[in-house]
Amino acid sequence: MAVNTDKNSYTVIFAAVMVVIVGTVLAFLASSLSDKIEENERLEKQQNILYAMGVNENEGEGSVSFIPTDKVAGEFTKYIKEQLIIEGDKITKDDQAYLIDLKRQATAAKNGDVRKLPLFIGDKDGSKFYIIPMRGKGLWDAIWGFVALNEQMVVQGVYFDHAGETPGLGANIKQRYFMDDFAGESILAGAQYLGIAVAKGNNDPLNKIKDDNEVDALAGATITGNGVSDMIRESVNLYKDYLETIRVK
Amino acid sequence: MALLSKKDANLILDPLADNNPITIQVLGICSALAITAELKASVVMAISVLFVLAMGNVVISLMRNIIPSKIRIIVQLIVVAALVIIVDQVLKAYAYELSKTLSVFVGLIITNCIIMGRFEAFALANGPWKSFLDGIGNSLGYGIILIIVGFFRELLGSGTLFGFPVLGNPITKTGLYATGYENNGFMIIPPAALIVVGIIIWIQRSRNRALIEDN
Repeated sequence: MAVNTDKNSYTVIFAAVMVVIVGTVLAFLASSLSDKIEENERLEKQQNILYAMGVNENEGEGSVSFIPTDKVAGEFTKYIKEQLIIEGDKITKDDQAYLIDLKRQATAAKNGDVRKLPLFIGDKDGSKFYIIPMRGKGLWDAIWGFVALNEQMVVQGVYFDHAGETPGLGANIKQRYFMDDFAGESILAGAQYLGIAVAKGNNDPLNKIKDDNEVDALAGATITGNGVSDMIRESVNLYKDYLETIRVK
Repeated sequence: MALLSKKDANLILDPLADNNPITIQVLGICSALAITAELKASVVMAISVLFVLAMGNVVISLMRNIIPSKIRIIVQLIVVAALVIIVDQVLKAYAYELSKTLSVFVGLIITNCIIMGRFEAFALANGPWKSFLDGIGNSLGYGIILIIVGFFRELLGSGTLFGFPVLGNPITKTGLYATGYENNGFMIIPPAALIVVGIIIWIQRSRNRALIEDN
């Protein structure tokens, strides 16, 4: 090819053609795969909610395994008895509440609208679980999760996930040893909704003290850990009014 | 090797030691520091870079005669970003679990200087087959260093390898910990990787003095 690739006109045309081609390919791919991706994300949410209330297939130490995707829809309807949407004083039931986008609701709240807060009530072996979705900021990107509480406001289980925390450091918030520490901790300090802080040097690495509102931090992941603390505190405070109505004192 | 000529074989073998991307070319240092706290992350990153670099090198090499030199960097960036996003989207649709593991690496790969470095230094001037071999060789050389660093950082920092405790339990004081041994928390944080990479460079240059620069 005897094209003079140094010419300005060639450069401009090349850039334009390239943008169109790459844009078309990516847009085509995104729109043709979006149904499948959405379905995967929907099932993952169900898996995460069930995981927090202890419905999972964990085997042995260190394993984090969900109910398989082909069974999760059935298990979800079996264990999750009610899904509520809390809008200010109004509480409605909605079996699609788990699909509410927390990020969009947070933006709506900032714009002065009433935030829709989804809450899931699970029932396993006769005990009730109140599962709250959470969303916060890690070091690099969003972190989110679910916390399952009982009527005494004691954590029964949590699930955390993240978009882009450092592998090997902050990404370890979704490791079993970190998530398991939260179980048994109370989110209350007296009558105050304090949440659970991820604390450095709390001198309790085995997490035997369950009434200190603290779990042991991850080494090398201070900011992600602080993000988790903030996320739990802010999220439970959004639900404070509702939780007060169900709390057994 | 009958499959590859001697020249082609060198494209793979050189970057493993004497022209290693991390220790000699100083490419890909950032990810070597950031994600080597655990062996598993190192291995995943090494494999991901292998795919992206080999594929990207071939694509850039095929386009090398039509890319305008004024905007070549941005063209390279678009190619690698598009490749990574396509793979990411397809995995999200058909291998969701795998994509969850890899998603945190996506940003690290796109901005990894080893990718742009090899596009610029090799693929723009060589044919697709040679570029493919260069991509494989350099990502293997990169991967080896990542795995060595990951091995030492996880072993000394957490006492585990691939997440399995190999030195005993540091909290209940069993195994090696019963003798008073402690994990070195410093190994967990990124500066430790710099020191491990420094030691590797030191060992490599003292074994092969030809690598030492004059000044």
